[in-house]
Amino acid sequence: MDPVISVGNLWKVFGSNASQVVASDELKSLSRQELMDRTGAVAAVRGVDFDVAPGEMFVVMGLSGSGKSTLVRCLTRLVEPTAGTIMFEGEDILEADAKRLRDLRRNKFSMVFQHFGLLPHRTVADNVGYGLEIRGVPRAKRGERSQEVIDLVGLTGYEKSYPDQLSGGMQQRVGLARALAGDPDVLFFDEPFSALDPLIRRDMQSEVIRLHREVGKTMVFITHDLSEALKLGDRILIMRDGQVVQVGTGDELVGAPADDYVRDFVKDVPRSHVLTLKWIMRPPRPEDELDGPELPPETVVREAVRSVLSADKPVKVVRDGELLGVVADEEILGVVAGEA
Amino acid sequence: MVAVAEPQQAPPQVSQPGPQQGSRPIYRSKALIAGGIVLAWLVLWLVFRNVGTLSLDASALTPLHRWINSVNDAVGASRNSNPLFLYFFNEIRFVIDEFVTFVQALIAQPSFGRPVPVIGWLGVVAIAGFVSLVVAGWRVALLAVAGFVFLGLQGLWQESMDTLSLTLAAVVISLLFGIPLGVWAGLSDRAHRVITPVLDFMQTMPTFVYLAPLTLFFLIGPASATIATLIYAAPPAIRITAHAIRSVPHNTVEASESLGATWQQTLVKVLLPSARKTIVLGINQTIMAALSMVTIAALIDAPGLGKTVVKALQTLDVGTAFNAGLAIVVLAIVLDRVTTAATERRKLPRWAMFGGLGVTGVAVYLSYTYLWAAEFQSDVEIGSSIRQGATAVTEWVQDSLPVITGGFKDFVTLALINPLQALLAESPWFVVALVIVAFSFLIGGLRPAVVSAVCLGLLVATGLWQDSMITLASTLVATILVMVLGVVVGVWMGRSRRADRVIRPVLDAGQVMPAFVYLVPFLALFSASRFTAIIAAVVFAAPVAIKIIADGVRAVSPATVEAATALGSSSWQTIVKVQLPMARRALTLAANQGLIYVLSMVVVGGLVGAGALGYDVVAGFSQGQLYGKGLAAGVAIVVLGVMLDRLTQAAAKRWTN
Ligand SMILES: Nc1ncnc2c1ncn2[C@@H]1O[C@H](COP(=O)(O)OP(=O)(O)OP(=O)(O)O)[C@@H](O)[C@H]1O
Ligand SMILES: [Mg+2]
Repeated sequence: MDPVISVGNLWKVFGSNASQVVASDELKSLSRQELMDRTGAVAAVRGVDFDVAPGEMFVVMGLSGSGKSTLVRCLTRLVEPTAGTIMFEGEDILEADAKRLRDLRRNKFSMVFQHFGLLPHRTVADNVGYGLEIRGVPRAKRGERSQEVIDLVGLTGYEKSYPDQLSGGMQQRVGLARALAGDPDVLFFDEPFSALDPLIRRDMQSEVIRLHREVGKTMVFITHDLSEALKLGDRILIMRDGQVVQVGTGDELVGAPADDYVRDFVKDVPRSHVLTLKWIMRPPRPEDELDGPELPPETVVREAVRSVLSADKPVKVVRDGELLGVVADEEILGVVAGEA
Repeated sequence: MVAVAEPQQAPPQVSQPGPQQGSRPIYRSKALIAGGIVLAWLVLWLVFRNVGTLSLDASALTPLHRWINSVNDAVGASRNSNPLFLYFFNEIRFVIDEFVTFVQALIAQPSFGRPVPVIGWLGVVAIAGFVSLVVAGWRVALLAVAGFVFLGLQGLWQESMDTLSLTLAAVVISLLFGIPLGVWAGLSDRAHRVITPVLDFMQTMPTFVYLAPLTLFFLIGPASATIATLIYAAPPAIRITAHAIRSVPHNTVEASESLGATWQQTLVKVLLPSARKTIVLGINQTIMAALSMVTIAALIDAPGLGKTVVKALQTLDVGTAFNAGLAIVVLAIVLDRVTTAATERRKLPRWAMFGGLGVTGVAVYLSYTYLWAAEFQSDVEIGSSIRQGATAVTEWVQDSLPVITGGFKDFVTLALINPLQALLAESPWFVVALVIVAFSFLIGGLRPAVVSAVCLGLLVATGLWQDSMITLASTLVATILVMVLGVVVGVWMGRSRRADRVIRPVLDAGQVMPAFVYLVPFLALFSASRFTAIIAAVVFAAPVAIKIIADGVRAVSPATVEAATALGSSSWQTIVKVQLPMARRALTLAANQGLIYVLSMVVVGGLVGAGALGYDVVAGFSQGQLYGKGLAAGVAIVVLGVMLDRLTQAAAKRWTN
């Protein structure tokens, strides 16, 4: 399937001499700090490439200052990229003029912000309807649609409230509803739950998973929290100092970290929750008895523990009838013990 | 844990930090030098007393003053021939005059061949009530109605309406320019950079100073008064609007853009509504400033309550001045309450809206048609009783309390004003100039010394050296009194929440009142004298200083104060060793602002016996041959202001670092 978003060699440099920086291979090869010292420019995003597939939940994660917010703002040109290409459904967004860009923002994508960005002088319903209002949708239709998404995010009954009368979690639901109201193809989230306390955050994560399942939209989700990334992401992009370090599924990052940076990142993850049998199976040895139970390679270790430990023979990892490897007590215990 | 940690951090904060102790010797030697200078000054004063003081008689003129007079005459003669006047100044004057006259015709002056204005008192009261009801709610509407009726009962309906017309006209024009400019400065950094210094200049210039040059271009009358009011009243609207736009959180703007809003949509639907409340505050300040200036513009013949006050002050008719002053206060309170309450979100029920509209319409019709609803009946007047009461109280106070009021007055006059004035005004001018330059150098270094030297040179050039020194003496005395009051009340408010709660509203109210109003009670108590002018200036300037100091003391971290208390400091020690030193920045700012406010009252003081520059300016407005001298006196006030402002800022910089 064609990707919805395809980003190629994207650069964003802050500073008056930004275009010189991206024009020079020598300057581009410098690290962020060196570039800062030499030219005073900040390279927030440095040569980033990735594709997002339709319906995918794509997570970008990295430490504070690694350039995530800048990257996601480049995708909607809230921040003007310095160089590179951004293809959206086959159209180069960087070529779009102001009007086309507005059309795209009104119809194709929308964004949920860390600090909500709600309009304090408007009610919940009017906040949610704001995007429709600036498109010129008539009041009655606007009200109908607002109500639909307000119900969808579970805010029924709060339509007439003002943002400052709501808790943080509810305010972010308003932000979510506002983003959904225009029925966009893609939703961007910039650390939407960082400002919320842990319990509410968990609720909201489940909410997003549910919405993703129900409305099936493509989503690009920024976070600095690895467990959030693993919980939500179909694929995860790890950023460091503006560059991509690794892109992959959760178990790929945990099972085969690209470098020490990623390894360090994932070392506290409960591996049994993320790794699948694919990552711990070994080739059968001659002494193995190969008539034990079978499991597919995508089974998460945690879910396989019981069957492996209770079987007296090694468990076979099988895809489409083909034997990929086996998993026995010692492999399982290796993972589980490693976490202690 | 906490209990252990606090005393540990405390010592360096309680015993004053190193740098000061390290620089003690420098302070000591500076104090020695300063003492030496003062001593030498005293000796020179004794020897050369009344020599080279550059004094000038009240009616005497210098060539410069005559030259300005001739320029004034020449400008007057070419007013209807010079293209700059024909196509620029006269046009502006014409438009503004027309506008003001139109508003006056509506509510204040007989017009369109009628013996009465278009809308009579009943209609105005109804409109005031209805507008207040819509923007500010029931209670404020009642207050507005009561206030306006009271104005009529005082026998000052027409004067009040003249003042209101001028104020409204100036406010409308101020906002017409001010709000768009403010929005522009809020959106564009470059505009902000250009506009801010201009506003600073407009706001620090003493208000009376531009009255005279304005009359040169726009003649004496409503246009000059309105433009003077504009200069004074527009800056708060511009500044606060820009600030309001700037403080809308970036993320709401970004969110709006991310949804595909055009920038006009973002401006109209996000920026302006989010900034609304603050902008209304700006409008409030503009209205209050305009009212204040409109009354002051009586000096250049603006009609209304101010004129009544000025006339009464000139004939020392305390009763009439009090009555008109009271009317200004009532108007100020009503306008302030209505606009303050307008910041709140409010929705009037539909029936009240239409009901109010209907009643107002009927009232306006009645006041258009029937004389009883147009002219305030004079048989229910209470103004004369107010006047008589005020006069009686004044006489009683002057007869029976001379020990207290007179004693205080004599003390300040003999102990502070006279010696300082003698030293400044009776020494040879070059001695005083040298002393001031030397002090500037001691306080701030080379730059302030140069600035002072230039300013002193300009003062000599205005031909008003001695008057400037007399005014300087009064200004310094007033500022000292302001700072004493500021520190005492400010520290009290800073330390006690309850004191703050009680005093702050009084100060706020005091700041809202037009400067004139202060003169009246003090004139009653102390009759016309330098002292009266000084006290009026002190009362005008003290609220600012007190508030700044109170906020500074309050801002000293409670943890530090607690630590000092834990170490056993007495309250006195805490104030002197912790709170005041840590509030240094506030103290210097208070001194600086106090000075500027005191200076801006110099001309008003000229109305009640301050003499010197204030008198020169006032006389320049009323007597043609003194025009040039008055203008020069205005310049001298500005020069004094610049010098003192630079000096206090330099001192502040040295002291707070
Ligand atoms: N407008 C700007 N001008 C200059 N530098 C900027 C600007 N915006 C971001 N930067 C710099 O770009 C770098 C990346 O910032 P960015 O906000 O994208 O990081 P982030 O990964 O979102 O961090 P966080 O998790 O704290 O939100 C930082 O070094 C930041 O200082
Ligand atoms: Mg960020």
